[in-house]
Amino acid sequence: MKPLDIHLWGALRPMAGGASSVPVQAKTIRELFRKLAEQYPGMEPHIQRGVAVSIDGKIYRDQWDTPLPVDAEIYLMPRIPGG
Amino acid sequence: MPLDTSLVRRDFKVIGTRVNRPDGIDKVTGRAKYGADAFAPGQLTALVLRSPHAHARIKKIDTSKAEKLAGVKAVITSADLPDHTGGDRAMRDVLENCMARKKVLYDGHAVAAVAAIDAHIAKQALKLIKVDYEILPHVTDVDEALKPGAPLLHDDIFTEGLEPKPTKASNYIKYAEYGHGDVEAGFKDADVVISKSFKTEQTHQGYIEPHACLANVSPDGTAELWVCTQGHFVYRNQCAILLGMDANKLRVTASEIGGGFGGKTHLWAEPLALALSRKANRPVKLTMTRDEVFRATGPTSSASMDIKIGAKRDGTVTAAFAELRYQNGAFPFTWAEFGAMTSWACYDFKNVKSVSKDVVLNRPKCAAYRAPSAPIAAFAVESVMDMVAKEIGMDPVEFRIKNAAKEGTKSSYGPVYGPIGIGPTLQAAKNHPHMSAPLGKNQGRGMACGFWFNFGGQTCVDLNVTPDGNVTVAVGTIDVGGSRASLALAVAEELGVSYDKVRCVVADTSSLGHNDMTDGSRGTFSSSMACVDATRKCVEELKKRAAKTWDIPVEEIEWVDGEARAKGDKYDNLGPLTLKELAKTAGNTGGPIAGHSEIVADGAGVSFATHICDAEVDPETGKTKITRYTVIQDAGKAMHPSYVEGQYQGGAAQGIGWATNEEYIYGKDGRLQNAGFLDYRIPVCSDLPMIDTQILEIPNPNHPYGVRGVGETSIVPPLAAIANAISNATGVRMNHIPMSPPRILKALKTKKK
Repeated sequence: MKPLDIHLWGALRPMAGGASSVPVQAKTIRELFRKLAEQYPGMEPHIQRGVAVSIDGKIYRDQWDTPLPVDAEIYLMPRIPGG
Repeated sequence: MPLDTSLVRRDFKVIGTRVNRPDGIDKVTGRAKYGADAFAPGQLTALVLRSPHAHARIKKIDTSKAEKLAGVKAVITSADLPDHTGGDRAMRDVLENCMARKKVLYDGHAVAAVAAIDAHIAKQALKLIKVDYEILPHVTDVDEALKPGAPLLHDDIFTEGLEPKPTKASNYIKYAEYGHGDVEAGFKDADVVISKSFKTEQTHQGYIEPHACLANVSPDGTAELWVCTQGHFVYRNQCAILLGMDANKLRVTASEIGGGFGGKTHLWAEPLALALSRKANRPVKLTMTRDEVFRATGPTSSASMDIKIGAKRDGTVTAAFAELRYQNGAFPFTWAEFGAMTSWACYDFKNVKSVSKDVVLNRPKCAAYRAPSAPIAAFAVESVMDMVAKEIGMDPVEFRIKNAAKEGTKSSYGPVYGPIGIGPTLQAAKNHPHMSAPLGKNQGRGMACGFWFNFGGQTCVDLNVTPDGNVTVAVGTIDVGGSRASLALAVAEELGVSYDKVRCVVADTSSLGHNDMTDGSRGTFSSSMACVDATRKCVEELKKRAAKTWDIPVEEIEWVDGEARAKGDKYDNLGPLTLKELAKTAGNTGGPIAGHSEIVADGAGVSFATHICDAEVDPETGKTKITRYTVIQDAGKAMHPSYVEGQYQGGAAQGIGWATNEEYIYGKDGRLQNAGFLDYRIPVCSDLPMIDTQILEIPNPNHPYGVRGVGETSIVPPLAAIANAISNATGVRMNHIPMSPPRILKALKTKKK
């Protein structure tokens, strides 16, 4: 399985040695979060606090079963509050 | 079968109509029950003792005299609220903000509370509580709080996002950056580079209804809370954590809401009412005064910002940079980071960067305020966009059209956009008669754009067909802006019945599964999705009941215009079965007919707006009058256009207040000087022109009707649009919000010199 290129927002980059994106093999958001926490333990507190995932521009905040299509553009973003 | 949330283009029958609002008569006749209208036999009155100091260590609290006062039934301090948060920093901050523990961190921070048989005795009791403070140095300005040697609020904040991570505690919570390309190279390519610094002062949401609740804790460990909130399930969950209760033991019923705008997404005093009720063994009513609302709930950040834009003379922006410093009040959050994410989101720039610095200081804990953080950043960014347009001699609308983001643009915060509405709102502004209307003496015209993310979230609804063939739909999202009407329309549309057959109510927390709050412009977006889902399931059930009634296969039945019909010619001797007929015989076909939905409504579409403003400035007094205002915004699909227009107008009205007058003013002693509507002036009708609206509908592909949230984006452009209008009227670039008369006069005097 080809690894996905996961783009990190600024606050996550220090946990990945400053990289703006990291390769991760994952089929769903849940698997992605699990592997990120395994590979980059510093990211776990961020994931616990809440991370949103943009998959080809559509933003997912909660649905961790969501599949990650091959070649999708994936960005991690902080969970946004609202008013 | 999970709901297919993708957009299906169709002709609507009731969606998009302007039906009567279901809460209208109750609200105009005074029947509607707000937070303070809840009553329980034997209820006590609660009052809260608040710190007069901006920053102090609590050495001792003596409540003994207050406890002995006749009529006092309970006195609480932080000792009555042990920490059950289990290491969750955010929840611990909520607890500590509701009631100070070792230190008070701002003027107004709660230190004790009493419950007595009436307000008079409660007031006397507060005077009998003796608090021994050790006063500490304080800081209330964001730039001052960042300086080395500034008074330190917390000894456990080590700036996040810096490498290496600092080992010394500071008020600097977090550094973050967003963007792409090479801004330094971009600035070198520019023909024109403009830099400017900006400030915005702190403002409050200014909702008319103060926070109020009635708590009733039983000795058996169960409890009820009636409260004014934007999210009663979240209040239930958080209060249960803070009080050490099981969530199912606490039933929260939400009142009507007299405005929230983000300020009622957080707990402020509700845990105190519950703790007092638990201690007194009586129901306890707690109603905040306006003074308390200003001093001890959650206004938005004040900020300090530096903006730089480089452009070619043909209008192409070559680079854009923003540094945003926002204060979060006394507890850490990341409000500046959201400003950084939204700052350049309207544009398609090759080289763009935003950096954010979040800061704590001695002011109340900041809360969300309608598209939180975005209006502040937009003020600075859109001001410099205008300055650049002027410098290169280009029309400000054309300049923005040339640089606007579109489908396929890589956004400044990362992802690539799908179909979006910034371009169409700009085109509509260009073509709007407002843009070419003549201006009078001392008048100027400004325009600006704005962006907000919107989101969905956890949502649960319950639809029931009554035995007489009508429909009740129970939802868990608070109706702050007309969602009950919109949700009833969604059910009516799916069911093929008229709007008056459907009644939508907000259920209590024991009647539905968890619902996220009404925030992030999610209420109508997400609950309409759940209503569509629940109604479609109900229709499947209705078809089964018709199949049983007729004794034919369910596959042979279709649901059309509110009735079951047998398909084709095979059963043409069968007349249709209406909803009313199926409801009447439900007991004989399987029991009550219902539809339920539990979803996570992801995929909210981002939202854009363009505003146009005319302002007239009196050169003698510095007073600004907004003479004309137009809001153009993409709604995806306006389910109830009148409510959508109301959201557009409301955002503009709040923005006008924020831009021209509203401001937290602190004295040198760190105390808030204007905690009341007399000295903190929100706009009244006579301050506002008729606010024109234009609804654009660029459908959200991730909602069955194409709906986007509309509640927040309308407050993003006004600060900038008004600043641009005033700057054009006066010939002086205004860089400090609010642009109050003294500030404008000062700018005019500086210009003359």
